[in-house]
Amino acid sequence: MVSYLIRRSLLMLLTLFGISVIIFTLLRIVPGNVVDILFDAAGFVDPAEKAKIEADLGLDKSIPMQYVAWIKGMAKGDLGYSYVSEKKTLDEILPRIPITARLAVLALMFSAFIGVPLGVLSAVKQNTKLDYILRVVSLSGLSLPSFWLGILILMAFVAYTGSLPIYDATPDSFWQALLMYSVPAAAVGFRSSALLMRMKRSSMLEVMRQDYIRTARSKGATENSVNYRHALRNAMLPVVTVIGMEAAFLIGGLIVTETVFNIPGVARFLVEAIRWRDYPIVQNLVMFVAVVVVTVNFAVDMLYAVLDPRIRYSD
Amino acid sequence: MQNNEYAAELSRAGANVGGRWSAALFLARRYPLGALGAAIMTLFVLTAIFAEFLTVNDPLSTNSAMSLAPPGGDYWMGADNFGRDVYSRIVFGARISLAVGIGATSLGCFFGVALGLISGYLSGTVDLVIQRIIDIMQALPLLVLALVMSAALGPSIQNVILAIAIPLVPAVARVIRANTLALRVQPFVEAAKAVGMSDLRIALRHVLPNTLAPLIVLATAQLGSTILVEASLSFLGLGIPEPFPSWGRMLSESAAEYVRTAPWLVIFPGIAISLAVFGTNLLGDAVRDILDPRQRT
Repeated sequence: MVSYLIRRSLLMLLTLFGISVIIFTLLRIVPGNVVDILFDAAGFVDPAEKAKIEADLGLDKSIPMQYVAWIKGMAKGDLGYSYVSEKKTLDEILPRIPITARLAVLALMFSAFIGVPLGVLSAVKQNTKLDYILRVVSLSGLSLPSFWLGILILMAFVAYTGSLPIYDATPDSFWQALLMYSVPAAAVGFRSSALLMRMKRSSMLEVMRQDYIRTARSKGATENSVNYRHALRNAMLPVVTVIGMEAAFLIGGLIVTETVFNIPGVARFLVEAIRWRDYPIVQNLVMFVAVVVVTVNFAVDMLYAVLDPRIRYSD
Repeated sequence: MQNNEYAAELSRAGANVGGRWSAALFLARRYPLGALGAAIMTLFVLTAIFAEFLTVNDPLSTNSAMSLAPPGGDYWMGADNFGRDVYSRIVFGARISLAVGIGATSLGCFFGVALGLISGYLSGTVDLVIQRIIDIMQALPLLVLALVMSAALGPSIQNVILAIAIPLVPAVARVIRANTLALRVQPFVEAAKAVGMSDLRIALRHVLPNTLAPLIVLATAQLGSTILVEASLSFLGLGIPEPFPSWGRMLSESAAEYVRTAPWLVIFPGIAISLAVFGTNLLGDAVRDILDPRQRT
């Protein structure tokens, strides 16, 4: 177990290192940097001033040197300064994380509370009208782009209340805050709930074909006991996988939804920084996303061993 | 290969049919949702091909007199703020959407198959290296990688296709590798080795054709997500550049601003995206059921 953990951690570090190299290179193969964009916007170029700004930002050094400077800074906890706002990168990123984290947690909760029970229902009532309706609904859930769903929700808001819901950094009460976050969270979570429902349905059907379910039936267990005590519990494992996978997918949904609802979270910030070629923000944010994804995957693997005693990590 | 699968499927179901048409009809009756998906996709493809014949107004020409005109007359889906016909833009948008969807899916599958085949067939160090590369690519969410790639490559249709194709590679490579690993210990591969065939020839002529069924299943499933990712990229302003009519871009131009004043700018492109993705998803499910009965639900 210990050796497994060590090996796994080394692999995680290797993955993160690979990502840092790829992102760093990708961002720098583009012709034009933030200085070009700023001068383009200003409409005139003074070569001396441009060279000075580039030197200030360290953009005149070679790409490998810039990379080494970044990693060295990271080791010291110094992530550099945003090119655009000129504030510390960490001060730009950190305050935005809780906003996105709240959205993500609410969205996952939403999708689990809707997706899992409906998936079970669909499996138990397999090949009935209800099953068909639920399957078509979940498939259409997978087909709706989450930004469009967000816009439709905005339209509904306008139709019923006459105004757009506006993000408020200092909500008056807990309930107001909850409402403010749960509407966009539902827009993000809808897709995941559809996916979760499909997964839950198929894993449930898989389990219901197993021998021990037949045994339970033949010893006279009631239909409800078979479905909910035996099948449901054993069909939980694939769902954990999906929730782990969804954590990564969720980030995509958060990016577009935060844009639609104008929420100043970290996901929307990534898009803004990419548009501005604000390298320090983009590369550090992408690393942050990668750390989250890698950690979630690791946590899911560990959770496996807890949920299923047959799984043991030895070598 | 495919015909064998159909034949097996048909005989399993006890059908006694000859000819392609009756087989298609039989499949349509057996998979009604899949048939619906195929119908939507056919409509989608025909719209993309015959866009010129289906529209009256040019999708690109602006007309200030028609700015934000509500649906009616020639402009039966209304006009955007530049006075461009929304209906024309949606019809021509089908072409962009389909081109990016098919382009990115095939490119992603091509690289994925190559990597998966090499990784699974050669194993050893090569396999280890490719596996690590795939791990690295999978640690970033599809949209994030596509966003960064699209920004790095610059705005053009070809670059959007590439930016969406690369993030698809790891999933395809994984599946092909797993299949290749299982196939290379099969007797027919050993037989091919025994008669002195080269590794390349075995991989391409014997292993590859046998991974076709899972590949088709995966590719149809990915088509829908590539269409969605293109729409998301364009919506965020980092996808298809102006003036090309892209469904996602139409929504970004109109979004929050026009929710109140011009809902037709918001509704129609969204319906187009959802319908196209819904069609591919329905078709993808049916294709999976037909080609991979073990996964049937």
